[in-house]
Amino acid sequence: MAQITALELAKKQKEISVAEFFERNKHILGFGNQTRALVTSIKEGVDNSLDACEEASILPDIYVEIKNHDDGECKIIIEDNGPGIVKNQIPHIFGRLLYGSRFHAIRQSRGQQGIGISAVVLYGQLTTGKHAKITSKVAPDRPAVVTELAIDTNKNRAEVISNSTNHWEKPMGTRFEISIIADYKRGKRFVYDYLQSTSIVNPHAQIIYKEPDGTDYTFERTSEILPRKSVEIKPHPYGVELGTLIKIAKNTKSRQLNSFLKTEFSSMGDRTTNATIKEAGLEKTLNPKNMTREQFLALHKAFKKVKIMAPSTDCLSPIGETLIKRSLKHETQEISPEFIITASRPSSVYSGNPFQVEVGLVYGGKLPKEEPVKIMRFANRVPLLYQQGGCVTTTAISSIDWRRYGLSQPSGKGIPTGPAIFLAHISSTQIPFTSESKEAIADVTEIENEVKLAFRECARKVQQHISKKVKRAKTREKFDLITRILPEIAKKSADMLNKPIPSLDKIITKIMDVVWIEDLIEYEKVSREPVQTTLIGNIPQEQKGGTITKSKIMIINYKRSPQKFNLYTIIPDDAVVGEVNPKPAKIANNYIKWCLDTIQPANKIDISFELAGLEKGDFDENDLYIENINPAFVIGADKWEGE
Amino acid sequence: MNKDYSKVISQIDAVANKIYDDFQKTNIPSLSLPTRTKANITFDEKLNVWKYGKNSTERNAKSLDGAYMLLRTMYMADFIKEMIKIKKSSTLREMYYISEGWDLAKFHSQQESNLLAEDLEVITNCMREDFKLRPEEDGARVIGNITIEEMTRNNTKKKIHCQDDVGDAGYSIPYNVEPEKITFKSYDADFIVAIETGGMFDRLVENGFDTSNRAILVHLKGQPARSTRRFIKRLNEITNLPVLVFTDCDPWSYRIFASVAYGAIKTAHISEYLATPSSHYLGVTPSDIENYELPTDNLSKEDINALKSELSDPRFQDSFWKGEIKLQLKLGKKSEQQALAKYGLDYVTDTYLPEKLAEMGITKK
Repeated sequence: MAQITALELAKKQKEISVAEFFERNKHILGFGNQTRALVTSIKEGVDNSLDACEEASILPDIYVEIKNHDDGECKIIIEDNGPGIVKNQIPHIFGRLLYGSRFHAIRQSRGQQGIGISAVVLYGQLTTGKHAKITSKVAPDRPAVVTELAIDTNKNRAEVISNSTNHWEKPMGTRFEISIIADYKRGKRFVYDYLQSTSIVNPHAQIIYKEPDGTDYTFERTSEILPRKSVEIKPHPYGVELGTLIKIAKNTKSRQLNSFLKTEFSSMGDRTTNATIKEAGLEKTLNPKNMTREQFLALHKAFKKVKIMAPSTDCLSPIGETLIKRSLKHETQEISPEFIITASRPSSVYSGNPFQVEVGLVYGGKLPKEEPVKIMRFANRVPLLYQQGGCVTTTAISSIDWRRYGLSQPSGKGIPTGPAIFLAHISSTQIPFTSESKEAIADVTEIENEVKLAFRECARKVQQHISKKVKRAKTREKFDLITRILPEIAKKSADMLNKPIPSLDKIITKIMDVVWIEDLIEYEKVSREPVQTTLIGNIPQEQKGGTITKSKIMIINYKRSPQKFNLYTIIPDDAVVGEVNPKPAKIANNYIKWCLDTIQPANKIDISFELAGLEKGDFDENDLYIENINPAFVIGADKWEGE
Repeated sequence: MNKDYSKVISQIDAVANKIYDDFQKTNIPSLSLPTRTKANITFDEKLNVWKYGKNSTERNAKSLDGAYMLLRTMYMADFIKEMIKIKKSSTLREMYYISEGWDLAKFHSQQESNLLAEDLEVITNCMREDFKLRPEEDGARVIGNITIEEMTRNNTKKKIHCQDDVGDAGYSIPYNVEPEKITFKSYDADFIVAIETGGMFDRLVENGFDTSNRAILVHLKGQPARSTRRFIKRLNEITNLPVLVFTDCDPWSYRIFASVAYGAIKTAHISEYLATPSSHYLGVTPSDIENYELPTDNLSKEDINALKSELSDPRFQDSFWKGEIKLQLKLGKKSEQQALAKYGLDYVTDTYLPEKLAEMGITKK
């Protein structure tokens, strides 16, 4: 038997072209079948547009159009009002795989790997043989550049077919056109779902979608405020891998180990740096460029042993409870849900990567009662449409016993059944997806715990909401009694005996025997500026008026003795507090506190406050708490458990 | 004849006064009345009937239901005062419809207004008749050798012989059977038979049982109306004739007997007016089912529950009833009066009744 020589083998060894790579891995990139290919293509385009607009601080106006041909070819058009792309960069962004500005940066963004949009171009090219067409305009006084390009699959470089300039009425923006083979009939529903979901977690964006038959949908913008810009941070020692550590050391400008650690990593102060170096058994004067593999290994091990502060969370840009609620409200209008409740966790860290969990729950209305709840999953404001079963959010939801909260769930595990929609949004500098197609988040214990905590908080709020409603209904009966029936009894007895009608005040307090708190919320369109402001500084837009939310609270003492207590009302932390009466004891960023004067029996106190910076309906229920009084005496507020 | 209603009015005003006083003394307005349940009836040795016991229920304005009840009571009391003033009376059903105009105090069903009328009787110690409220249904029928004098609506007295002056349907008992309305003139009979079903009443009439056995027959028409029970009571008091109750053989019929003999739970406050303590249960008994081999039906779930409930009913605690009820539960069967027709149409009058009457010592064998 002839021996195969290394030489012969070498003849067969060659570089694998990107086209081959793509062909072999298209399932993990989200192009596994013709339905997925359609949704993925649109998703990559829209994600890119949203990222571009946000980076340029522009409120995104996105236009998506699909033109369907009978032979299975779809033409996709995605257009934005973003900053545009300079001519030289167009071939790199659209014509090269693994090219991007965000891959190396540690901050929250939608795309990361730089595979997305160029993969769409490649998929189009492979399935239809047609080129991608990109129109881009970077300034109002500049012409639009129109580029047609293909990908040279051997070189992983763009092949520019044509370049021209054109007049475009838009002041700025990018338009991307591609033809792909896709299953429009099956994919149609997913495209709509994706765009609707995207709109929910991107309330600052307007998305217009035109279907092949001419039907168009507008997913309206519900917030005029751009998401907080996430700040780029340096890698955290907990999350850095050995190879990366060596690479950073090669490129650093620092000449000594201690300054290297302090400048290249986050959360490394003097003390932590010294402790790490000591733990690794190294000299702080060591030049990182000259370190051996063993020394790096010791350093890497030391990272895990030393207590290092969590990274700063400026790099995250969560949506915020108010906006989630508003979006959900807007998108579920037709369902007219009974209530929408949201919960937001403080940011946390897994393997040195900051992340934050926000959840929402829509309940009741026309939602189906006999079906499993709908779960909407999002990662960095991108909807996750597939592989629900393999996602950490699903794992977390399934592990909660929902039966206590009025949903049915056989054996107390699994996805509950009932009239509800669950929303989970995870923002992170590094979302640990289970695969490159980015459809499911891996079972990371820290994330699972945070999702669970968030949903539990939500469920508690649901329970509170329900028990409050029941309690109020009961007391309302009494209210009915004292306001309508009792006076009638008194009148009738007086009439029968020809005597004057007796006074009722004292009997009313006897019957009620509670402190009754009632509230009312009104909205008023105004053009004035709010009087006071919160401590939060991240409200970028100047308040050009809008809606003022006016909350009125009435407290009546129906107890037989005078009552004195403190009252708290929870306010959204993105609200601006306006006039408050009477004078509050404290305005914190998420509550207002009053130390009320003594209320005599049968007397009442009126309280009012105004909130600006919210849309109508954002704040639709006063969440009231009381302190220094037995909570059993009070209807309409719960015990204040501290901040 | 004009009845003196001043006592009734003062009793009604006392209710209004109680409520008014509560308001003035800043007490939560309330009325208390005996608890009207099986658990709260006790045997009154003096009156020889079952009356409400010591347990009382307070209706107060603390709860919505209690407050509504008080308001309705006030409205009803006022309405009764008004009727007395203008010398009218109304049926319970009419009052229910009149309450439509009572705004918050209106009733949601006639059941509610009937119950409240009874409550008001209990509270005031007056009778429905004092309130000028009368029931919808008339009393039942009577056939026998007895002459009754009735004061008619024209204020003329009319003598009626309950065999010669009536058809086969008999004399119809009016809703008011008090002395101002009817008096018993003369009679010639040995006993009174109170019969549950119309079918059996008519059988006895057709067979001439009233003449052949010198009996006064009274049709109970199921659960007997107050006037029927009051009629039997008065007849018994005046004539001293024994009263025999003849019903189906099921738990519901035993309750009919109890209401005639002991007093009904619902009307225990006026048992001494309505109940005839010397009444006897003639049949059909569960023992009769066995002895006469009567055709039967199986007991339903409701029947069984009713029987079990009777075992804990203080009125059924004597050895006769305990034995019969336990026997019936054992048999799992029930039967009807008319099942006796198994042996022919005359069997009941020729054999069954004579045998039973002799057994009870009413007639000689």
